[in-house]
Amino acid sequence: MVERFPAIAVLLFLAASVQAAAAPSLSAVVGRYSIMTPGSSLFFAVPAVGGPGITGRFDRFDGRIDIPASSVEHARVEIIIYPDSVATGQKRVDDFLKSNAVFDTANERTIVFRSTHVQRTGEDTATIVGSLTARGRTFRETFHVRLAESGRGALRFHVEGRVLRSRYGMDVGTPIYSNVVDFDMNLAFRRR
Amino acid sequence: MIRNTRAGYGLLAIALHWTIAALVVGQISLGLVMLRVTDQRLAFDLIQWHKSIGLLILALIVIRLAWRMANPQPRPLASLRRWEKTASQAVHRLLYALLIALPLTGWALVSASVLGIPTLVFGLFLFPHLPVGVSEGGEDFWRLLHGSLGFTALALVVIHIAAALRHHFILHDGVLRRMLRPVRRTKA
Ligand code: HEM
Repeated sequence: MVERFPAIAVLLFLAASVQAAAAPSLSAVVGRYSIMTPGSSLFFAVPAVGGPGITGRFDRFDGRIDIPASSVEHARVEIIIYPDSVATGQKRVDDFLKSNAVFDTANERTIVFRSTHVQRTGEDTATIVGSLTARGRTFRETFHVRLAESGRGALRFHVEGRVLRSRYGMDVGTPIYSNVVDFDMNLAFRRR
Repeated sequence: MIRNTRAGYGLLAIALHWTIAALVVGQISLGLVMLRVTDQRLAFDLIQWHKSIGLLILALIVIRLAWRMANPQPRPLASLRRWEKTASQAVHRLLYALLIALPLTGWALVSASVLGIPTLVFGLFLFPHLPVGVSEGGEDFWRLLHGSLGFTALALVVIHIAAALRHHFILHDGVLRRMLRPVRRTKA
Protein backbone atom coordinates (compact mmCIF):
# COMPACT_ATOMS: atom_id res chain seq x y z
CA MET A 1 0.00 0.00 0.00
CA VAL A 2 1.08 3.40 -0.23
CA GLU A 3 1.47 6.40 1.77
CA ARG A 4 2.15 9.78 1.00
CA PHE A 5 2.59 11.85 3.94
CA PRO A 6 3.01 15.39 4.48
CA ALA A 7 3.30 14.09 7.97
CA ILE A 8 6.71 13.26 7.20
CA ALA A 9 7.72 16.79 7.35
CA VAL A 10 6.44 16.92 10.84
CA LEU A 11 8.19 13.76 11.71
CA LEU A 12 11.36 14.98 10.30
CA PHE A 13 11.05 17.95 12.36
CA LEU A 14 10.37 15.83 15.36
CA ALA A 15 13.12 13.50 14.67
CA ALA A 16 15.32 16.37 14.23
CA SER A 17 14.41 18.01 17.43
CA VAL A 18 13.86 14.97 19.57
CA GLN A 19 16.19 12.28 18.51
CA ALA A 20 19.29 14.12 17.71
CA ALA A 21 21.17 15.61 20.55
CA ALA A 22 22.12 18.46 18.38
CA ALA A 23 18.69 18.97 16.93
CA PRO A 24 18.98 19.64 13.25
CA SER A 25 16.97 22.56 12.11
CA LEU A 26 14.07 22.04 9.84
CA SER A 27 16.17 23.17 7.01
CA ALA A 28 18.26 20.09 7.57
CA VAL A 29 15.42 17.89 6.37
CA VAL A 30 14.02 20.14 3.73
CA GLY A 31 14.41 18.55 0.37
CA ARG A 32 13.23 15.88 -1.98
CA TYR A 33 13.56 12.24 -1.08
CA SER A 34 13.16 9.03 -3.03
CA ILE A 35 12.37 5.65 -1.64
CA MET A 36 15.16 3.11 -1.46
CA THR A 37 13.95 -0.34 -2.42
CA PRO A 38 16.71 -2.11 -0.53
CA GLY A 39 16.02 -1.24 3.05
CA SER A 40 12.28 -0.86 2.49
CA SER A 41 9.64 -3.53 2.90
CA LEU A 42 5.90 -3.51 2.35
CA PHE A 43 4.22 -6.33 4.19
CA PHE A 44 0.52 -7.03 4.42
CA ALA A 45 -1.63 -9.58 6.20
CA VAL A 46 -5.22 -10.69 5.68
CA PRO A 47 -6.44 -12.76 8.63
CA ALA A 48 -8.84 -15.65 8.09
CA VAL A 49 -11.42 -17.27 10.34
CA GLY A 50 -9.94 -20.50 11.65
CA GLY A 51 -7.02 -20.46 9.26
CA PRO A 52 -3.60 -18.99 8.76
CA GLY A 53 -4.84 -16.23 6.49
CA ILE A 54 -2.58 -14.67 3.91
CA THR A 55 0.61 -12.75 4.45
CA GLY A 56 2.69 -11.27 1.72
CA ARG A 57 4.70 -8.35 0.48
CA PHE A 58 5.13 -6.14 -2.52
CA ASP A 59 8.58 -6.23 -4.00
CA ARG A 60 8.34 -3.29 -6.40
CA PHE A 61 7.33 0.21 -5.41
CA ASP A 62 8.31 3.81 -5.89
CA GLY A 63 7.93 6.71 -3.55
CA ARG A 64 8.98 10.22 -2.86
CA ILE A 65 8.66 12.85 -0.22
CA ASP A 66 8.97 16.51 -0.93
CA ILE A 67 9.53 18.77 2.03
CA PRO A 68 9.40 22.37 0.93
CA ALA A 69 11.29 24.99 2.87
CA SER A 70 8.16 27.11 3.04
CA SER A 71 6.07 24.90 5.24
CA VAL A 72 6.27 21.50 6.76
CA GLU A 73 2.52 21.17 6.42
CA HIS A 74 2.92 21.23 2.70
CA ALA A 75 5.22 18.29 2.55
CA ARG A 76 3.96 15.75 0.08
CA VAL A 77 4.31 12.05 -0.01
CA GLU A 78 3.54 9.77 -2.87
CA ILE A 79 3.94 6.03 -2.89
CA ILE A 80 3.29 3.82 -5.88
CA ILE A 81 3.02 0.08 -5.54
CA TYR A 82 3.22 -2.30 -8.48
CA PRO A 83 0.82 -5.09 -7.48
CA ASP A 84 2.21 -7.58 -9.99
CA SER A 85 5.19 -7.78 -7.64
CA VAL A 86 3.04 -9.32 -4.91
CA ALA A 87 4.72 -12.28 -3.22
CA THR A 88 3.17 -14.60 -0.66
CA GLY A 89 5.50 -17.56 -1.01
CA GLN A 90 2.72 -19.49 -2.79
CA LYS A 91 2.53 -19.13 -6.54
CA ARG A 92 -1.13 -20.12 -6.60
CA VAL A 93 -1.96 -17.38 -4.11
CA ASP A 94 0.16 -14.86 -6.03
CA ASP A 95 -1.62 -15.73 -9.26
CA PHE A 96 -4.97 -15.42 -7.54
CA LEU A 97 -4.07 -12.02 -6.08
CA LYS A 98 -2.92 -10.83 -9.51
CA SER A 99 -6.10 -12.13 -11.19
CA ASN A 100 -9.28 -10.17 -11.74
CA ALA A 101 -10.44 -11.42 -8.33
CA VAL A 102 -8.10 -9.03 -6.52
CA PHE A 103 -5.53 -6.69 -8.12
CA ASP A 104 -6.39 -7.37 -11.77
CA THR A 105 -2.81 -6.63 -12.77
CA ALA A 106 -3.61 -7.22 -16.44
CA ASN A 107 -5.57 -3.95 -16.38
CA GLU A 108 -4.38 -2.15 -13.26
CA ARG A 109 -0.68 -1.56 -13.02
CA THR A 110 -0.41 0.59 -9.90
CA ILE A 111 -1.80 1.29 -6.48
CA VAL A 112 -1.14 4.88 -5.50
CA PHE A 113 -1.20 6.74 -2.21
CA ARG A 114 -0.98 10.54 -2.11
CA SER A 115 -0.91 12.33 1.19
CA THR A 116 -3.30 15.15 1.87
CA HIS A 117 -2.89 15.83 5.53
CA VAL A 118 -0.56 15.14 8.41
CA GLN A 119 -1.12 15.28 12.07
CA ARG A 120 1.52 14.84 14.65
CA THR A 121 0.54 12.41 17.40
CA GLY A 122 3.69 12.18 19.46
CA GLU A 123 7.33 12.99 19.59
CA ASP A 124 8.23 10.89 16.62
CA THR A 125 4.83 9.76 15.43
CA ALA A 126 2.19 11.12 13.13
CA THR A 127 -0.98 10.21 11.39
CA ILE A 128 -1.00 10.64 7.69
CA VAL A 129 -4.20 10.90 5.75
CA GLY A 130 -4.29 10.65 2.02
CA SER A 131 -6.05 9.23 -0.95
CA LEU A 132 -5.47 5.66 -1.93
CA THR A 133 -6.30 4.66 -5.47
CA ALA A 134 -6.62 1.03 -6.46
CA ARG A 135 -8.60 -0.53 -9.28
CA GLY A 136 -9.83 2.90 -10.31
CA ARG A 137 -11.37 3.71 -6.95
CA THR A 138 -10.07 6.34 -4.59
CA PHE A 139 -10.73 6.57 -0.87
CA ARG A 140 -9.28 8.38 2.09
CA GLU A 141 -7.02 6.19 4.16
CA THR A 142 -5.09 6.81 7.32
CA PHE A 143 -1.67 5.47 8.20
CA HIS A 144 0.27 5.67 11.40
CA VAL A 145 3.87 6.62 10.98
CA ARG A 146 6.84 6.52 13.26
CA LEU A 147 10.09 8.06 12.30
CA ALA A 148 12.57 5.29 12.98
CA GLU A 149 15.73 6.97 11.84
CA SER A 150 16.98 10.15 10.31
CA GLY A 151 20.28 11.66 9.38
CA ARG A 152 22.73 12.19 6.58
CA GLY A 153 20.10 12.81 3.99
CA ALA A 154 18.24 9.60 4.82
CA LEU A 155 14.95 8.92 6.57
CA ARG A 156 13.38 5.69 7.69
CA PHE A 157 9.78 5.25 8.71
CA HIS A 158 7.73 2.48 10.16
CA VAL A 159 4.21 2.69 8.84
CA GLU A 160 1.09 0.80 9.84
CA GLY A 161 -2.42 0.99 8.53
CA ARG A 162 -5.61 -0.93 7.99
CA VAL A 163 -7.45 -0.82 4.73
CA LEU A 164 -10.90 -2.19 3.92
CA ARG A 165 -10.42 -4.07 0.67
CA SER A 166 -14.13 -4.19 -0.15
CA ARG A 167 -14.04 -0.49 -1.02
CA TYR A 168 -11.64 -1.21 -3.83
CA GLY A 169 -13.68 -4.05 -5.31
CA MET A 170 -11.40 -6.66 -3.77
CA ASP A 171 -13.80 -8.23 -1.30
CA VAL A 172 -13.46 -11.74 -2.73
CA GLY A 173 -13.37 -14.38 -0.01
CA THR A 174 -15.03 -12.31 2.71
CA PRO A 175 -16.07 -13.24 5.35
CA ILE A 176 -13.73 -16.25 5.33
CA TYR A 177 -10.88 -13.84 4.84
CA SER A 178 -11.06 -10.57 6.68
CA ASN A 179 -12.13 -7.46 4.87
CA VAL A 180 -9.38 -5.65 6.78
CA VAL A 181 -5.90 -5.75 5.33
CA ASP A 182 -3.16 -4.93 7.84
CA PHE A 183 -0.17 -3.13 6.42
CA ASP A 184 3.20 -3.10 8.06
CA MET A 185 5.86 -1.21 6.19
CA ASN A 186 9.39 -0.04 6.66
CA LEU A 187 10.15 2.73 4.24
CA ALA A 188 13.64 4.10 3.74
CA PHE A 189 14.19 7.33 1.82
CA ARG A 190 17.28 9.07 0.55
CA ARG A 191 17.63 12.69 -0.43
CA ARG A 192 17.72 13.15 -4.18
CA MET B 1 -46.89 -43.01 3.81
CA ILE B 2 -43.68 -41.66 5.25
CA ARG B 3 -42.12 -45.08 5.67
CA ASN B 4 -41.26 -47.66 3.03
CA THR B 5 -43.10 -50.93 2.79
CA ARG B 6 -42.09 -54.07 0.94
CA ALA B 7 -44.36 -52.84 -1.85
CA GLY B 8 -42.84 -49.42 -2.38
CA TYR B 9 -40.98 -46.34 -1.22
CA GLY B 10 -42.37 -43.98 1.40
CA LEU B 11 -42.41 -40.21 1.19
CA LEU B 12 -39.16 -39.63 3.07
CA ALA B 13 -37.12 -42.05 0.96
CA ILE B 14 -38.51 -40.42 -2.19
CA ALA B 15 -37.87 -36.90 -0.92
CA LEU B 16 -34.30 -37.82 0.00
CA HIS B 17 -33.74 -39.50 -3.36
CA TRP B 18 -34.78 -36.46 -5.40
CA THR B 19 -33.15 -33.89 -3.17
CA ILE B 20 -29.86 -35.74 -3.32
CA ALA B 21 -30.29 -36.36 -7.06
CA ALA B 22 -30.70 -32.66 -7.76
CA LEU B 23 -27.81 -31.75 -5.48
CA VAL B 24 -25.49 -34.36 -6.99
CA VAL B 25 -26.23 -33.33 -10.59
CA GLY B 26 -25.66 -29.71 -9.57
CA GLN B 27 -22.56 -30.61 -7.61
CA ILE B 28 -20.87 -32.49 -10.46
CA SER B 29 -21.69 -29.65 -12.87
CA LEU B 30 -20.39 -27.13 -10.36
CA GLY B 31 -17.18 -29.13 -9.90
CA LEU B 32 -16.57 -29.13 -13.64
CA VAL B 33 -17.50 -25.49 -14.21
CA MET B 34 -15.71 -23.93 -11.24
CA LEU B 35 -12.34 -25.22 -12.41
CA ARG B 36 -12.86 -23.96 -15.92
CA VAL B 37 -14.22 -20.42 -15.58
CA THR B 38 -11.66 -17.72 -16.27
CA ASP B 39 -13.15 -15.24 -13.81
CA GLN B 40 -11.14 -16.06 -10.68
CA ARG B 41 -13.49 -14.24 -8.40
CA LEU B 42 -16.40 -16.33 -9.59
CA ALA B 43 -14.23 -19.45 -9.35
CA PHE B 44 -13.46 -18.77 -5.70
CA ASP B 45 -17.12 -18.29 -4.83
CA LEU B 46 -18.19 -21.38 -6.78
CA ILE B 47 -15.60 -23.51 -4.98
CA GLN B 48 -16.96 -22.34 -1.63
CA TRP B 49 -20.48 -23.33 -2.76
CA HIS B 50 -19.13 -26.65 -3.96
CA LYS B 51 -17.62 -27.38 -0.54
CA SER B 52 -20.84 -26.49 1.29
CA ILE B 53 -23.12 -28.45 -1.04
CA GLY B 54 -20.74 -31.44 -0.90
CA LEU B 55 -20.93 -31.53 2.88
CA LEU B 56 -24.71 -31.18 2.74
CA ILE B 57 -24.81 -34.18 0.41
CA LEU B 58 -22.68 -36.14 2.88
CA ALA B 59 -25.09 -35.31 5.70
CA LEU B 60 -28.11 -36.26 3.57
CA ILE B 61 -26.52 -39.54 2.48
CA VAL B 62 -25.88 -40.50 6.09
CA ILE B 63 -29.53 -39.77 6.91
CA ARG B 64 -30.64 -41.66 3.84
CA LEU B 65 -28.61 -44.76 4.69
CA ALA B 66 -29.86 -44.69 8.26
CA TRP B 67 -33.45 -44.37 7.01
CA ARG B 68 -32.87 -47.19 4.56
CA MET B 69 -31.65 -49.46 7.36
CA ALA B 70 -34.58 -48.51 9.56
CA ASN B 71 -37.13 -49.29 6.84
CA PRO B 72 -38.23 -52.29 4.86
CA GLN B 73 -36.56 -52.37 1.45
CA PRO B 74 -39.15 -52.51 -1.37
CA ARG B 75 -38.99 -55.76 -3.33
CA PRO B 76 -37.56 -55.53 -6.86
CA LEU B 77 -40.35 -55.61 -9.44
CA ALA B 78 -41.21 -59.16 -10.40
CA SER B 79 -40.78 -58.30 -14.06
CA LEU B 80 -37.05 -57.64 -13.65
CA ARG B 81 -34.66 -60.14 -15.09
CA ARG B 82 -31.86 -61.54 -12.96
CA TRP B 83 -29.13 -59.47 -14.65
CA GLU B 84 -31.20 -56.34 -14.25
CA LYS B 85 -31.54 -56.93 -10.54
CA THR B 86 -27.82 -57.60 -10.17
CA ALA B 87 -26.83 -54.61 -12.28
CA SER B 88 -29.20 -52.18 -10.58
CA GLN B 89 -28.11 -53.30 -7.13
CA ALA B 90 -24.48 -52.92 -8.08
CA VAL B 91 -25.04 -49.41 -9.46
CA HIS B 92 -27.03 -48.37 -6.38
CA ARG B 93 -24.35 -49.66 -4.00
CA LEU B 94 -21.63 -47.98 -6.00
CA LEU B 95 -23.56 -44.71 -6.01
CA TYR B 96 -23.90 -44.83 -2.24
CA ALA B 97 -20.21 -45.61 -1.86
CA LEU B 98 -19.26 -42.78 -4.22
CA LEU B 99 -21.53 -40.28 -2.53
CA ILE B 100 -19.72 -40.99 0.71
CA ALA B 101 -16.24 -41.19 -0.80
CA LEU B 102 -16.64 -38.01 -2.86
CA PRO B 103 -17.34 -35.62 0.00
CA LEU B 104 -14.68 -37.33 2.13
CA THR B 105 -11.98 -37.04 -0.54
CA GLY B 106 -13.07 -33.45 -1.27
CA TRP B 107 -12.82 -32.68 2.42
CA ALA B 108 -9.41 -34.40 2.55
CA LEU B 109 -8.19 -32.40 -0.44
CA VAL B 110 -9.17 -29.13 1.17
CA SER B 111 -7.63 -30.25 4.47
CA ALA B 112 -4.34 -31.31 2.86
CA SER B 113 -4.01 -28.09 0.88
CA VAL B 114 -1.02 -25.93 1.65
CA LEU B 115 -3.30 -22.96 1.01
CA GLY B 116 -5.21 -23.80 4.20
CA ILE B 117 -8.43 -22.21 2.97
CA PRO B 118 -11.06 -22.53 5.72
CA THR B 119 -14.46 -24.04 4.96
CA LEU B 120 -17.30 -21.81 6.09
CA VAL B 121 -20.35 -23.95 5.36
CA PHE B 122 -22.90 -21.81 3.48
CA GLY B 123 -21.21 -18.84 5.13
CA LEU B 124 -22.69 -19.96 8.44
CA PHE B 125 -20.27 -22.05 10.45
CA LEU B 126 -16.67 -23.08 10.30
CA PHE B 127 -16.05 -26.70 9.35
CA PRO B 128 -12.85 -28.29 10.67
CA HIS B 129 -10.15 -29.80 8.48
CA LEU B 130 -9.51 -33.55 8.49
CA PRO B 131 -6.29 -34.57 10.23
CA VAL B 132 -4.48 -35.44 6.99
CA GLY B 133 -0.92 -34.41 6.21
CA VAL B 134 -0.63 -30.94 4.70
CA SER B 135 1.59 -30.98 1.62
CA GLU B 136 1.53 -30.28 -2.11
CA GLY B 137 1.90 -34.02 -2.73
CA GLY B 138 -0.95 -34.90 -0.39
CA GLU B 139 -3.19 -32.29 -1.92
CA ASP B 140 -2.40 -33.56 -5.44
CA PHE B 141 -3.14 -37.12 -4.38
CA TRP B 142 -6.56 -36.27 -2.94
CA ARG B 143 -7.34 -34.01 -5.88
CA LEU B 144 -6.62 -36.81 -8.35
CA LEU B 145 -8.72 -39.24 -6.35
CA HIS B 146 -11.58 -36.78 -5.90
CA GLY B 147 -11.59 -35.86 -9.59
CA SER B 148 -11.49 -39.50 -10.72
CA LEU B 149 -14.32 -40.43 -8.38
CA GLY B 150 -16.23 -37.40 -9.66
CA PHE B 151 -15.99 -38.61 -13.25
CA THR B 152 -16.89 -42.16 -12.16
CA ALA B 153 -19.95 -40.79 -10.38
CA LEU B 154 -20.89 -38.85 -13.48
CA ALA B 155 -20.74 -42.05 -15.56
CA LEU B 156 -22.81 -43.96 -13.00
CA VAL B 157 -25.40 -41.20 -12.75
CA VAL B 158 -25.78 -41.28 -16.54
CA ILE B 159 -26.23 -45.08 -16.48
CA HIS B 160 -28.67 -44.79 -13.57
CA ILE B 161 -30.78 -42.16 -15.35
CA ALA B 162 -30.66 -44.05 -18.66
CA ALA B 163 -31.86 -47.22 -16.91
CA ALA B 164 -34.71 -45.38 -15.21
CA LEU B 165 -35.81 -43.85 -18.50
CA ARG B 166 -35.58 -47.23 -20.22
CA HIS B 167 -37.86 -48.76 -17.63
CA HIS B 168 -40.34 -45.95 -17.98
CA PHE B 169 -40.44 -45.30 -21.70
CA ILE B 170 -39.37 -48.61 -23.24
CA LEU B 171 -40.33 -51.31 -20.78
CA HIS B 172 -43.32 -49.36 -19.41
CA ASP B 173 -42.91 -50.90 -15.97
CA GLY B 174 -43.31 -49.23 -12.59
CA VAL B 175 -39.63 -48.79 -11.66
CA LEU B 176 -39.45 -45.02 -12.12
CA ARG B 177 -43.03 -44.47 -11.00
CA ARG B 178 -42.45 -45.99 -7.60
CA MET B 179 -39.70 -43.48 -6.96
CA LEU B 180 -42.19 -40.72 -7.78
CA ARG B 181 -45.29 -41.75 -5.86
CA PRO B 182 -45.11 -42.79 -2.21
CA VAL B 183 -46.58 -46.19 -1.41
CA ARG B 184 -50.11 -46.07 -0.04
CA ARG B 185 -51.07 -47.38 3.31
CA THR B 186 -52.31 -50.93 2.82
CA LYS B 187 -55.17 -52.10 4.93
CA ALA B 188 -54.15 -54.82 7.26
C1 HEM C 1 -21.11 -35.59 -3.63
C2 HEM C 1 -20.23 -34.68 -3.40
C3 HEM C 1 -19.20 -34.17 -4.40
C4 HEM C 1 -19.14 -34.33 -5.76
C5 HEM C 1 -20.09 -35.11 -6.67
C6 HEM C 1 -17.95 -33.62 -6.21
C7 HEM C 1 -17.54 -33.53 -7.52
C8 HEM C 1 -16.44 -32.83 -7.96
C9 HEM C 1 -16.03 -32.72 -9.32
C10 HEM C 1 -16.73 -33.39 -10.52
C11 HEM C 1 -14.93 -31.95 -9.36
C12 HEM C 1 -14.13 -31.53 -10.59
C13 HEM C 1 -13.00 -32.49 -10.82
C14 HEM C 1 -12.20 -32.11 -12.04
O1 HEM C 1 -12.74 -31.48 -12.96
O2 HEM C 1 -11.01 -32.46 -12.06
C15 HEM C 1 -14.63 -31.54 -8.00
C16 HEM C 1 -13.58 -30.74 -7.62
C17 HEM C 1 -13.38 -30.27 -6.32
N1 HEM C 1 -14.10 -30.63 -5.20
FE1 HEM C 1 -15.70 -31.82 -5.16
N2 HEM C 1 -17.34 -33.02 -5.12
C18 HEM C 1 -18.08 -33.33 -4.00
C19 HEM C 1 -17.82 -32.95 -2.70
C20 HEM C 1 -16.81 -32.10 -2.31
C21 HEM C 1 -16.58 -31.66 -0.96
C22 HEM C 1 -17.41 -32.04 0.27
C23 HEM C 1 -15.49 -30.83 -1.01
C24 HEM C 1 -14.82 -30.07 0.13
C25 HEM C 1 -15.25 -29.93 1.36
C26 HEM C 1 -15.06 -30.77 -2.37
C27 HEM C 1 -14.00 -30.01 -2.81
C28 HEM C 1 -13.58 -29.95 -4.12
C29 HEM C 1 -12.50 -29.10 -4.56
C30 HEM C 1 -11.68 -28.15 -3.68
C31 HEM C 1 -12.36 -29.32 -5.92
C32 HEM C 1 -11.35 -28.64 -6.84
C33 HEM C 1 -10.12 -29.48 -6.93
C34 HEM C 1 -9.04 -28.78 -7.74
O3 HEM C 1 -8.55 -27.76 -7.26
O4 HEM C 1 -8.71 -29.26 -8.82
N3 HEM C 1 -15.87 -31.55 -3.15
N4 HEM C 1 -15.57 -32.10 -7.17
